[in-house]
Amino acid sequence: MYRKIVFPVDLTHIDQLARALQTAIDLALHYKAEICFLGVTGTAPSAIARTPHDYENKLAAFASEQGLAHGLTTSFKACLSHDPTIDTDKTLLAAIEELGGDLVVMQTHAPQALDYVWAGHGDTIAARSQASVFLVR
Amino acid sequence: MANLEDDANQEAAEEALPEPEGASEIIETDYEIGQDNITPKIGPFGLDIHNPVFAISGIVVIAFVIITLAFQDTVGPALGALRAYLTSSFDWFFLMAGNIFVIVCLGILISPLGKVRIGGADATPDYGYLGWFAMLFAAGMGIGLMFFGVLEPAYYFATPWGDQPLMRDIGIVDGALVDPAAVEAARLTAMAATIYHWGLHPWAIYAVVALSLALFAYNKGLPLTVRSIFYPIFGERIWGWPGHIIDILAVFATLFGLATSLGFGAQQAAAGIGYVFGIEGINDTVTFAVILIAGITGLALISVLRGLDGGVKRLSELNMILAIILLSFVILVGPTMLLVTQFFGNIGAYFTEILALSNPVGRDDDGYRQGWTAFYWAWWISWSPFVGMFIARVSRGRTVREFITCVLLIPTFVSAIWMTAFGGTAIDQMINQVTESAVFGFVIDAYVPELSLFGMLSELPLAAITSVVGIVLVIVFFVTSSDSGSLVIDTITAGGKINAPVSQRVFWVIFEGLVAATLLLGGGLVALQAASVSTGLPFAIVLLFACYALIKGLMDEPR
Repeated sequence: MYRKIVFPVDLTHIDQLARALQTAIDLALHYKAEICFLGVTGTAPSAIARTPHDYENKLAAFASEQGLAHGLTTSFKACLSHDPTIDTDKTLLAAIEELGGDLVVMQTHAPQALDYVWAGHGDTIAARSQASVFLVR
Repeated sequence: MANLEDDANQEAAEEALPEPEGASEIIETDYEIGQDNITPKIGPFGLDIHNPVFAISGIVVIAFVIITLAFQDTVGPALGALRAYLTSSFDWFFLMAGNIFVIVCLGILISPLGKVRIGGADATPDYGYLGWFAMLFAAGMGIGLMFFGVLEPAYYFATPWGDQPLMRDIGIVDGALVDPAAVEAARLTAMAATIYHWGLHPWAIYAVVALSLALFAYNKGLPLTVRSIFYPIFGERIWGWPGHIIDILAVFATLFGLATSLGFGAQQAAAGIGYVFGIEGINDTVTFAVILIAGITGLALISVLRGLDGGVKRLSELNMILAIILLSFVILVGPTMLLVTQFFGNIGAYFTEILALSNPVGRDDDGYRQGWTAFYWAWWISWSPFVGMFIARVSRGRTVREFITCVLLIPTFVSAIWMTAFGGTAIDQMINQVTESAVFGFVIDAYVPELSLFGMLSELPLAAITSVVGIVLVIVFFVTSSDSGSLVIDTITAGGKINAPVSQRVFWVIFEGLVAATLLLGGGLVALQAASVSTGLPFAIVLLFACYALIKGLMDEPR
């Protein structure tokens, strides 16, 4: 039913992604789908990578590691954002469309009051993306 | 904000990573960006702030505001005296430092170091020329050109060097100037002296800071914060207190520079609105200026919430379009042929006079050298962490040669055109109408500098329309300074992270507006602007070291 699962990943918080990652892996195994790990990085050096290229290498390594560990086909896409605080959602939405993903699995947080002012990334992706979206809380 | 994201701002929001960024000389350090950050939660707001830069910067700013308001009679004059002391006693140092910055930039431009590319040998530019130039110009000096474009040339023309008024020298017979040769000499000197303050020197100050920051962040992989420039000097100690102090000083200078400018700017805009619409006394009502501050802060807030591409860049482009419209209007409706001819003469005079004007010693023009030049240099330098950091943020992918051309040479050229058009027209009005001209009234007769631009426009056709464009430009230029400044402060206080939670940039925009409004209501704008300008001296020393760090850093890069 699904051919390409897009998994937006924040490399800085890999430890908080366990449930969503397992969900994506299980779904990929079940539907024999590919997982594409999608990351957004700013232009300036960050905690996770000191150059955009460095970030791309780390994302590639993560994707390949997951593929080998679970016997899955994986790919990755690293996107550059000039202002990740604001543009991450737009960047993710455009990339999901470009990648042709038919299911997005992503980690989010439990609903909170602030969501009414600044929606979480998951909320925005679920509201806007043409693909099916599976939010894991 | 959901609906704001609807417009297809795909051009920059979504972009595949450029091809491998190519070789660059990453600095080996164990420091991990954000390792000193703390992530407290205040109510529903999660923060990601540098410890201790965020807290100390905030506390120092609040403390300065409280102390200045509480002890206005003593603190105000003391800070004013400090500023005056620094610019009069260290004028030679400021002038010398300014010359060094120009020489360093021009030296790098013509040397093989110019081939180095910011972001690595194969990096591609983040922004097209137009958007990039609009942003760096709007942040760098747009608002200054609005304020001083008429004021400064007119002031120098009628009062060369601050203490020998031309009018007194040649006399006015029957309401006319009688010695054309002296008038032309005074005009040329006034234009050269003005372009000197808005040309190579200020832009070289910005270029040194911006290029250093861009190099150490994008090529060396250090956090995008002011302290990173000094890694070659302090080494790993830069992550400790020496670096904290540099960053806190940068936040202090930026925030007070912006807040006091915002306070004065609101008063100027209020005066302009009162003059243009004939509303008596509106500029005397502080309430109206506070409403303007709230409006400018609100627009800046929308801009930062729309982000660098969707907000700041677009607003800067709007700004540039409006400025070009106003400039074209003044050139076409003013004495067009005269201005075109004068432009080349002015550029010639600038280059002829630049050595004499920038000579740091053995001069007797104290009024000009200390009161204007040294003050300007201190002011540009105190603004340089903000403008430099903002320019650095948007300059990835350019070669150093392109960078210096676009941050030093082209802005100098644009400033010269602007000053020729606005100042040249104003001086022409003064030559023709002498004491009858509105500019004479606002600049020489009764010193009301904020109305000098509107005085010049009032004597051109369609003054009602152009003056409104002028007021809108002043306000939009303030918004572009306020939003880019808040992004810079946010990045510094987040330890160089550009992906800090959105609530932090909201905090800094509002905080800046509140500081401006408080100072306007309670008095203290002059005092804290003096404090902000006074940071020019320590920063000038620091920037001289930055020149060394910059050259060393560039030499290590693959070319």
